[in-house]
This record gives sequence, C-alpha cells and structure tokens, in this order.
Amino acid sequence: MIAEVYIKLKEGVSDPEGEATKKALNLLGFKNVKRVSSVKVFRIAIEGVSREEAEKEIEEMCKKLLANPVIHDYDIRWVG
Amino acid sequence: MDIRVAVLRIEGTNCEDETVRAFRALGAYAEAVHLKQFYSDMIRDDEVRSIWDYHCLVFPGGFSAGDYVRAGAIFSARVKSVLRRDLEEFIKEGYPVLGICNGFQILVELGALPGFDEDKPIADEPQMALAINDSNRFECRPTFLKHENRGKCVFTRKLKKEIVMYPVAHAEGKVVFPRGREEEYLERLIENDQIVFRYVDPEGNYSSYPWNPNGSFYNIAGICNVKGNVFGLMPHPERAFFGWQVGREEEVFDGKYVFESVIDYLRKFY
Repeated sequence: MIAEVYIKLKEGVSDPEGEATKKALNLLGFKNVKRVSSVKVFRIAIEGVSREEAEKEIEEMCKKLLANPVIHDYDIRWVG
Repeated sequence: MDIRVAVLRIEGTNCEDETVRAFRALGAYAEAVHLKQFYSDMIRDDEVRSIWDYHCLVFPGGFSAGDYVRAGAIFSARVKSVLRRDLEEFIKEGYPVLGICNGFQILVELGALPGFDEDKPIADEPQMALAINDSNRFECRPTFLKHENRGKCVFTRKLKKEIVMYPVAHAEGKVVFPRGREEEYLERLIENDQIVFRYVDPEGNYSSYPWNPNGSFYNIAGICNVKGNVFGLMPHPERAFFGWQVGREEEVFDGKYVFESVIDYLRKFY
C-alpha cells in the first residue's frame, strides 16, 4: 500500500515560500496567479497491516515527526 | 569539581567546535559527543558515554540531518527514541540544557520549549514552532538583543549588560505560537519569567525587519523553560565569544556571559 501524506500550513499561518513563488511567477508574466501555497508530500509505502491500522500509524507519524501541529495540517491519500 | 559539558552532534551539526571551545576557555571540561555514543553498541569502549557523565547538555547549531522534514525534526525524533526518559530526568534534576540556533529548533520540536510543565519537561508534541523567516531568506548577520530575563534563566544570570550583539544565521527562526492563543502564551511566558532575549535595533527599540531578522512574534529571540534550566535561542553566543570573532579589540565579547552564567550556576550547585 502506498499513501501520500500532504503537510500543509494551517490557514492563517504565513507562507513566505508560497508568497515568494507567487511574486516570481507574476514577474515572469503569469499575471493570473493569485495565490501559491507550499505543500510538502511524503509518499509512504507500508506493509503488513490493514489500511485502517496503517492510517492510524501514519497519523502517529504526522504527530511525531512529519508535521508540527502548531503550524501544520495533514492529509492522507491512498494512491496504491 | 570539574564541570563536564557534552555538546551533542549528529550528521550535519557544525557549531560544536566553537561551542566546546567557549566552555573550555572558561575552565570547564567540554567535549563534542555523537548521539550514538549514548546508546549504540557499535561504539568503542573508551568512547561510550552516558548523559549522566555530564552536568550540562548542549544542542549546537548547524543543519542536523540536512534540515530534512523541518529544521531540528529528525534530531529531536532520534533524541525522543533513545534518550527521552533520561533527558526528562536530567531536566527535572535541574541540570542545564542549551540549544543554540538549530539546537533551539531541536528543543522546540522535542517539546522541551516553551516547557510550561515542570513535572513533564518534555511535552508529547511541539507547543510552538520556529517557522520559515518572513523574508523567505537565510538571514546571516549580527543582531542586537535586549536581555529581559529577571533571573529565572540560569544561562544569563551573569549578564549585566542590557543589550548584547550575537550573530544569527538561520532560515527557520520565526517564533510562532498556536494561532489565536498567542496572547495567552505571551502572558504565561512573561509571568513565568521565561522570555530571555528580544531583537532590538542599535538604540534598544523593538523594531521590525531587518532588526527582527525573521518576523518572530513579540521579537522573541530566546526563551527558557518554566524552571529556567532549559534555554534556546536563535542567535549564536559562541560566535561572539572572542573579540576577534566579531572584529573587536577586547579579548572576550558578549557571548561569554551565556557560558559563564551556566558554569557559575553549576559550580554553586554541584
């Protein structure tokens, strides 16, 4: 099984990387770009457990390492 | 008695030598210790160490584990997995722990700072973040810091100057508290005397960028835990220890106060 874990900044937390990217895109002539958000994705292959258990484990991973709950939200999507 | 200090390293830390040298210059015994020396069975006998061999632990600056995931996240995960209980005991016993720059990020990711709970000095999950600088740049230059601690922090008790100059060098140093609870956090920090350094301009006024290099809430540059023995700061005192590091005539400079204070605390205590 393969899960993609999306680590995003919480609504309201500033995103300097996204803003700088937006500015650069606008400068390159992409005038329609209104907002860019930076998102980090970890693709995790996990075996030997049910999908339900795996999802619980991945939530633990997010809490223990992948995200900082003060500034991040996370999403889990199964891709395989 | 010899004051023994461990400056912890893993791959990617790079300020351990200056930090060790600062402690040694003041007569303490300090050495850089790889985290593995605390737990691995692949270590030569004469290199095996225990946290209890030391009176003070330092997490130095650098880019531990390449800043992967988030600055400090991987080092802190490794500490949690092999050292958590001992470190918690170490802090409870009153032994001092210092985190400089990447070390501050590690202590934050570890849940050791802001460290509101004296009985549980390492929280289950991070209570604050050191987020990407507002400038979205690596900020590397001198900063001016106002010392605002009223005596709680064991790392600045010998500091009598109001303003010191330590350089910063980081891309992720912006203090962020949980959204909507900033004021509540701030009140607790002030009430507990946990605020240690705040960024100011050369005249001592609280100012925005570039004086506040990262956009930190309340211009916070360094805080200690509620007990005063865990201290983290983004600027580098070990890079302003000798006058020659900062182009000054004096032999030693502002950085020495941090090391002098903790050595003095330990001499009185143990």
